[in-house]
Amino acid sequence: MAEPFQFELVSPEKLLMSEDVEMVVVPGSEGDFAILKGHAPVMSTLKPGVVEIQINDKEQQRIFVRGGFAEAGPDSLTILAEKAIPMEDLDADILAQEIQNAEEDVNDAKSDEVRAKAQEQLDQLEQLQASL
Amino acid sequence: MPSLKDLRNRIASVKATQKITKAMQMVAAAKLRRAQLAAEEARPYAERMDVVMANLATALAGQDGAPPLMVGTGKDDVHLLVACTSERGLCGGFNTSIVRMVRAKARALLADGKQVKILCVGKKGFDQLNREFASLIIDQVDLREVKRIGFSNAQGIGARVLELFDESEFDVCTLFFARFQTVMTQVPTALQLIPAAPSGDDEENAMSGSNAAYEYEPEESEILVDLLPRNVSVQIFRALLENAASEQGARMSAMDSATRNAGEMIDALTMEYNRSRQAQITKELIEIISGAEAL
Repeated sequence: MAEPFQFELVSPEKLLMSEDVEMVVVPGSEGDFAILKGHAPVMSTLKPGVVEIQINDKEQQRIFVRGGFAEAGPDSLTILAEKAIPMEDLDADILAQEIQNAEEDVNDAKSDEVRAKAQEQLDQLEQLQASL
Repeated sequence: MPSLKDLRNRIASVKATQKITKAMQMVAAAKLRRAQLAAEEARPYAERMDVVMANLATALAGQDGAPPLMVGTGKDDVHLLVACTSERGLCGGFNTSIVRMVRAKARALLADGKQVKILCVGKKGFDQLNREFASLIIDQVDLREVKRIGFSNAQGIGARVLELFDESEFDVCTLFFARFQTVMTQVPTALQLIPAAPSGDDEENAMSGSNAAYEYEPEESEILVDLLPRNVSVQIFRALLENAASEQGARMSAMDSATRNAGEMIDALTMEYNRSRQAQITKELIEIISGAEAL
């Protein structure tokens, strides 16, 4: 049984979640990582993916996030996400829309650098779609 | 001297107007509550964003190769003014005060020999600015169809601004909107968007200064590159929400005084109506009496 710590999930439109949880798995842009209480301070950008929140032994919540970053300290974790949708509300349509947006981004990209980034996002989204 | 019928008609018409202004006031009050709530809900995100931005800025201060969004292009020849106004009128001096500020800024810049470009958000500001600066307006963003301002609206505008910046269409970008203070007072505000002005006071930055031990993943500079465009959208989103609340507040107080004025007018007209009715009755009586006396 892990010790709880303060977790907040914020989107530009509202504060989605603010409670004590045991563990959070964050889809970092350089790989997923889990945060427990007492984690060294880390700041990481996010890739499109699912945040898994272990609230306590029984309860678990999964939230889809896209774009943003996570800021972890010894006793708190804050995720700022541009878009956050609880997994229950996420269906194939929303994901398909996201993928379409990402495809447009790839096509609109002006420089190779931007295109590479957009392509990366698209790949990650497609991976997610496949895993659903 | 207007006839009794004219007076009756005028009273009826003022009453109808009063009903409309009263209804508009009530609608604005309901919308204001919602707009205020939205602005409050957006606050945590913007605040966190500010803190993180300040942290990164201090971590990167003094280093070479900082992104142009942060430090600017090194020139300030071309200014982009983003004027956020409302889509609808009948909200007192709300739009006018924002436009006045934009106009003053534009004139000052032009007098200094700088080049000015204007991006209008909202129809009302466009209408007013179009009279004087028609040649300077490069685009107009229409939010007419938008019922509830979402982050995607702000993102759209942000993307437009960034696109122009990438094409080196301007060097400095300033955002104009009305900060919501109370229902009665809205303060027109200018906010420098690009290059990002360091926000928050030093004390606040010092408080979060313990972040020197942060581990960044990926590198600080990479995070910053990712973050800066997002920050532009967040600032615009915040401005739009503040603006929406201000607009409703301004409309509420404008419609409140309009309703009061209509009430005063009705009182005055009713008084005049009663007087002339009385005068007419008296006149008729005198005519009858003097007619009877003459017999």
